[in-house]
Amino acid sequence: MEKAIKRYWPIFVLPTFAAFCIGFVYPFLQGLYLSFCKFITVDNATFNDFKNYLYVFQDADFGHSFWYTAGFTVVSTVLINVAAFAIALALTRKIRGTNLFRSVFFMPNLIGGIVLGYIWQVLLNCVLSLLEKPLLSLNATYGFWGLIILMCWQQIGYMMIIYIAGLQSIPEDYLEAARIDGASERTILWRIKIPNVMPSITICMFLTLTNSFKLFDQNLALTGGDPNHASEMLALNIYNTFYARAGAQWKGYGQAKAVIFCLLVIALSCIQLRATRSKEVQQ
Amino acid sequence: MKRMLALLMALAMVFALAACGSEAASAPAAEAEASAAEGSAAAPAADGSVYYLNFKPEQDEAWQNLAKAYTAETGVPVTVVTAASGTYEETLMSEMGKSEAPTLFQVNGPVGLANWKDYCYDLSGSKIYGELTSQDFALKDGDAVAGIAYVIESYGIITNKTLLEKAGYTIDDIQSFADLKKVAEDITARKDELGFAAFSSAGMDGSSDWRFKTHLANLPIYFEYKDKGIGATDAIEGTYLSNYKDIWDLYTNNSTCDPKDLAGKTGDDSRNEFLDSKAVFFQNGSWEYGNLVGEGKFTDDDLAMIPIYIGVGDEANQGLCTGTENYWCVNKNAAEADVQATLDFIYWCVSSEAGTKAMADDMGFVIPFKGAQESPNLFVKQDAAYTAAGKTPVSWNFTTMPSEEWKNGVGSALTAYSAGTGDWDGVVSAFVDGWATEYAAANAG
Repeated sequence: MEKAIKRYWPIFVLPTFAAFCIGFVYPFLQGLYLSFCKFITVDNATFNDFKNYLYVFQDADFGHSFWYTAGFTVVSTVLINVAAFAIALALTRKIRGTNLFRSVFFMPNLIGGIVLGYIWQVLLNCVLSLLEKPLLSLNATYGFWGLIILMCWQQIGYMMIIYIAGLQSIPEDYLEAARIDGASERTILWRIKIPNVMPSITICMFLTLTNSFKLFDQNLALTGGDPNHASEMLALNIYNTFYARAGAQWKGYGQAKAVIFCLLVIALSCIQLRATRSKEVQQ
Repeated sequence: MKRMLALLMALAMVFALAACGSEAASAPAAEAEASAAEGSAAAPAADGSVYYLNFKPEQDEAWQNLAKAYTAETGVPVTVVTAASGTYEETLMSEMGKSEAPTLFQVNGPVGLANWKDYCYDLSGSKIYGELTSQDFALKDGDAVAGIAYVIESYGIITNKTLLEKAGYTIDDIQSFADLKKVAEDITARKDELGFAAFSSAGMDGSSDWRFKTHLANLPIYFEYKDKGIGATDAIEGTYLSNYKDIWDLYTNNSTCDPKDLAGKTGDDSRNEFLDSKAVFFQNGSWEYGNLVGEGKFTDDDLAMIPIYIGVGDEANQGLCTGTENYWCVNKNAAEADVQATLDFIYWCVSSEAGTKAMADDMGFVIPFKGAQESPNLFVKQDAAYTAAGKTPVSWNFTTMPSEEWKNGVGSALTAYSAGTGDWDGVVSAFVDGWATEYAAANAG
């Protein structure tokens, strides 16, 4: 059996590898090439040196979007993970109705981002209007916190499920031994539970970090980048660069931004994975 | 092999469009499948085929039917695919990159043409060009005719005559901005007693802000162009921006809702208020006719469209804002047989009995061609009546606005001004300075 696998592995790998090449490697390389071009359609591009990249680094909106996105990523990653972990702890205590709670908390994740964005836009605008404050699309700070609320609501349930799985896989012996030795709940949490769910933390951090950084649908639906690009995150900024103006050069600028964006996401996730991986323990 | 490919394409298209989930979207998918199969089986390749990427979702069904009728008559397969509302440019970009690219597409005027001029077949020698009632309806790129307008539309202030009479006025009382202001402010003063407001909400949500950042903004631009005798500019002066402010203030201060809430109001909100008789005036265009007239809605007798007066120029002789931002372009990179098939198809649409009838009755269009038939659309008829009475229509100059980005900037500033988080200087700056920077940005490199 093992011998057969050793001999025939290329056949097993081939379908996925082919899909990976067609769906990822080729478009990525083409995208890289296009980021040095002016183009309207992808098969009709003319070379444009490094002008696209030069423009991107001078674009103030892109810089603003970067910091706005960075701030959003930090806040939402922390909030989502802390809340998800806390709920997971509460729902692994064998209280009544645990399954019901888990299902209810998970549910928001099943709704698409655009729909959620519009629903929350109506909700939040109603609240702001009652409080006699400017609406979401008039104030970037409200837009920011609106996005945070939306993302927390959507993502906490999903991360909670991952944390619950992690918490349930901690052997009961560890906890029992600790209790017999007189460890307080707090010590158990910090010394046993958290180190043992580090793999889950790695996954959840990775998911929330990249999801927040790449956020598009919710941003488009909730604020649309208003007022005047102030609540525009990176992905939306790229989209607007592509479509808000006519002319071949704008597609090139957008493509260059997209390449930079892609590299940022890759770098960020690598750093994060390395940092959390190193804290993982062997059971 | 080819059949497999056709099947695969059809399947992919079904999936792609099914994802939109709307009824309108599934119709073209089915159609695409049908004619894709037809294309590979029945018709010999030499005869060519037509692939039309349609811009107007509200006319999708009518186009599908017209395409079927054409195929039945001539045997030439016609595929009509409609882009979802507001995604035409994206859809066109990705479709044009394919080997089976659209043979017929549309641009919205000189600014939209900048993207696509390298793809436009020169229509100057075509039969359809000869059918145009006026050369003004051709979109030129140098000497070449890049696009041909296929529908003429009008917009103005749609008025509920019944309510206006309840308030003690008729549309004849409104002949200038001063009249409009007097009537609107009087209605506002008696709002509680009458039970309705003057204007429906001027929603600045993305679904309706084009009514103000584009259509209303056309008026100050029109009068400035007229003064200077120009048709486009790289820097607008904003001579009539104070009039723009006047009409905007009138709209928002005499409305169904607080100006602060406009940022969250949609186009549907505004239309529903008008349909529920909560407002007398509703700024919109002839394309709204189907939404306003019908069972459980208004009849032709209830409605009228009056010009948007802003207090500039010869108001006694001002007509509706009439023009087009829909130009047909033929893809010159398509196979020669397909180009010819497309030229024949559009010529048939605007000259044959079946074609012109479908465009007038089913789509409600007024088409700028010699063979045009009369449309049942009330607003369109009114536009003709205004013109016949010697009034000058206001042309659509918003097709020369430098970019979508400029419109968004003006819209954003208008919303902030109304909500009190910004001031009028912000609008002026977005309008005037924004024009110069956006013009430079769009035309550089």
